[in-house]
Amino acid sequence: MIRLENLTKVFDTPKGAVVAADHINMEVPTGEICILLGPSGCGKTTTLKMINRIVKPSSGRVFINGDDTTDMNTQDLRRNIGYVIQQIGLFPNMTIEENIAVVPKLLGWDKSRYKERARELMHMIALEPDAFLKRFPSELSGGQQQRIGVARALAADPPVMLMDEPFGAIDPINRAVIQDEFLKMQQELNKTIMFVSHDIDEAIKMGDRVAVFREGKLVQYSTPDDLLAAPKNAFVESFLGEDRALKRLNLVKVSEVVSDEIGTVKPEDTLSTALERIDDFGYQNSILMINDKRQPVGLISRSLARTTKGYCRDHFQNVPATVSLDDDLRKVASLMFAQDITWLPCVDEEGRVCGQITQRAMTHHLGARFRTKQRETVTAEPKE
Amino acid sequence: MLIRSLTSAGIILGLILVFLLGVWAQSSGAIDDFLWYLPDVQYLAAQHLWLTFLSGGLAILVAIPLGIWLSRPSMSRAAESLMQVLNVGTTIPTLAVLALSMSFLGIGTVPAVFGLFVATLLPITRNTYAGLKGVSPALKEAAAGIGMSPVQRLFKVELPNALYVIFAGIRTALTINVGTVPLAFLIGAGGLGELIFTGIDLYDPIMMLSGAIPTAMLAIVVDALIAGIAFVIVPRGVNPARA
Ligand SMILES: Nc1ncnc2c1ncn2[C@@H]1O[C@H](COP(=O)(O)OP(=O)(O)OP(=O)(O)O)[C@@H](O)[C@H]1O
Ligand SMILES: [Mg+2]
Repeated sequence: MIRLENLTKVFDTPKGAVVAADHINMEVPTGEICILLGPSGCGKTTTLKMINRIVKPSSGRVFINGDDTTDMNTQDLRRNIGYVIQQIGLFPNMTIEENIAVVPKLLGWDKSRYKERARELMHMIALEPDAFLKRFPSELSGGQQQRIGVARALAADPPVMLMDEPFGAIDPINRAVIQDEFLKMQQELNKTIMFVSHDIDEAIKMGDRVAVFREGKLVQYSTPDDLLAAPKNAFVESFLGEDRALKRLNLVKVSEVVSDEIGTVKPEDTLSTALERIDDFGYQNSILMINDKRQPVGLISRSLARTTKGYCRDHFQNVPATVSLDDDLRKVASLMFAQDITWLPCVDEEGRVCGQITQRAMTHHLGARFRTKQRETVTAEPKE
Repeated sequence: MLIRSLTSAGIILGLILVFLLGVWAQSSGAIDDFLWYLPDVQYLAAQHLWLTFLSGGLAILVAIPLGIWLSRPSMSRAAESLMQVLNVGTTIPTLAVLALSMSFLGIGTVPAVFGLFVATLLPITRNTYAGLKGVSPALKEAAAGIGMSPVQRLFKVELPNALYVIFAGIRTALTINVGTVPLAFLIGAGGLGELIFTGIDLYDPIMMLSGAIPTAMLAIVVDALIAGIAFVIVPRGVNPARA
C-alpha cells in the first residue's frame, strides 16, 4: 500500500516558486495499479519521485505499507522499489544483461540466479535473450531500450513499482503486447504500482484507479469506469475526450450486460412455430436456431418465416457472430456495426448459448451510470 | 582503430626520419658521430622517462581524486572558481614554474619532478571534472533510484562513463610532459635536454638532434601507449574507438 499525505513540493526557481505538487492525498491499495494522468508539467513525475525520495518533499508524508518513509534509509527504501525513469537511463557502460542484473547484484544474488532472471525478463518483454543480452544500450532502438528499463526495474521482484511513462517510446502494436504481458504478470505478482501516463487509453486499460492531475493538484481519483462515467469537472471531461462513452465500452464485460432470456427454435420446429416465437419474444428480425447441445447453428428470419412453409432446418441463415462472456463491449459494438445487427448470441466456454446481448441493453447499462451520477449531483448541489 | 592509425603514423614518421637521416649521414659521414652519442642517449632517455613517470604518475594520482572531489554535488559552488584558479595556473610558462620550484627546492630531480607535476596536473584534473560533470543526469538519477550508494554510483556509473574523457586528459598531459622534460635539464635534473641544450650551446647540430629526435619519438610512443591502455580499459559501450 502506498499512501500520500498532504504531499507538497515547491521548487525555488530564479523566476519564483513553482508548486509542482500541492497537498496530494491519495492511497493505492496493495496489488493495485494506480495511473497518474494529466497534461505535461502537471506534477506527475514530481509526485512519483517523492515516493522514492529522488525529490525531497517540501512537506507531507509518504507511507509504504503503513511505514513513514521520511526517516527510512533511502538506499534500502529504493532497493525495494522498482523504478523506471522517464528518460530510460540505461547504463551505457554495461551490457543489457548487466543493466538488468544491477539491482540483483546489489542485493547479493549469485551469478546463475541473476543470469537466469535476466533471460526470464527478456521473454516477458518480448526480446530474444540470445540476440540482446550481450549488446550495449547504444545498439538498441529507443523502444527496445525502454523495455529493458522496465525489465531492470522488475529484476529483483520489488513489491512496489514506480513507472514514469514506461511504454511511451514503443510502437502501438508492441505496446499493446507489453501492456498485456505486464497485466498478466501483475495478476500473478500483485505488485503495488504507481504508473505515470498521459495517454488516457493506457490509463483505462492498465489502471485499477486513475488519478488526474492539473497544475500540481489532484483533481479526481477514482476507478476508470467512475472517471469516464462521472468526470468531476470540465477539465477532466475535456481531458478524457468527447468519446469517453465509447472508451467505457473497453471496461465493461459482456457478462455484466448479458440477458439470459433468449428465445430459440430447434431445427425440427416448423417455420410457423418460429414466427410465433419471434412475435412472442418481440424480436424484430430473426430468431436463433440451436441444436441439441444448445450450440447456435443458424438464424430464422422473420420475413422468411412469414412467407414460407416448412421446417426450420431447411430455411436458416448462418449465425453472423457470437460473443463470449469475457469479451468487452467494444468488441461487441464493433461486431454489431460490422454485421449491421442489433443483438448477438452469447456462448459459454463449450460454445453453448447462454444468453444474448442487445444494443439497447448496452446503451442502457452505460446510460444507467450517467443517470445515477446526474441525479446524485442534482440532489447534492443544493446542500453545498 | 585509433591506435592503429597512430602507430602507423608513428611508423611512417620514423621511416621518413630514418630516410632523411640516412641521406644526410651518407653525405656528411655523420653516422658515426650519432653512434658516438648512443650510450648517452640510452642513459638520458631512461632518465627522461623516469622523470615523466614520476611527475606524470604523481599528477595522475592527485588530479583524478581532485577532479572527482570537485565534481561532487556538495562542491558545485566552489568547484567552478577552483577550476578558474587552476586555469590561471597553467598560463604560467613551465619554465617559470621550474624556476620557481628551483628557488624553493633547490637543484636536482625533486624540483624538476615538482615543476613537471604542476604542469601536468591541470589537463587531467580538468578532464576528470568535465567528464564526470558530463555524465547525463538521467543516468545518475537512475543509479540513485535503483538504490546505489554514492560510492557505488561513482564507481559503477559515473567513472566508467567519464573514463574516455579522463583518458583523453591523461594522454594530452603526458605527451606535453615528455616534451617538457628537456627543460628539467636547466635545473640540473638531466634527461634528453642535456644533449639538446648542450648541442645548442656548442653549435653542434648532431648532438642537439640526438637529443631532440629521441624526445619526439618518446612522446609518440607514450601517446600511443596511453591510447592503447584506454582502448582496453574503457568499457566497450562508451568507447568510441571500439564502437
Ligand atoms: N528540478 C526542478 N526545478 C524547478 N522546477 C521543476 C523541477 N522539476 C520539475 N519542475 C517543475 O514542476 C512542474 C511539474 O513537473 P513534472 O516533471 O512533475 O511534470 P510532469 O507532469 O511529469 O510532466 P511530463 O508529462 O511533461 O513529464 C513543472 O512546471 C516543472 O517545470
Ligand atoms: Mg514527467
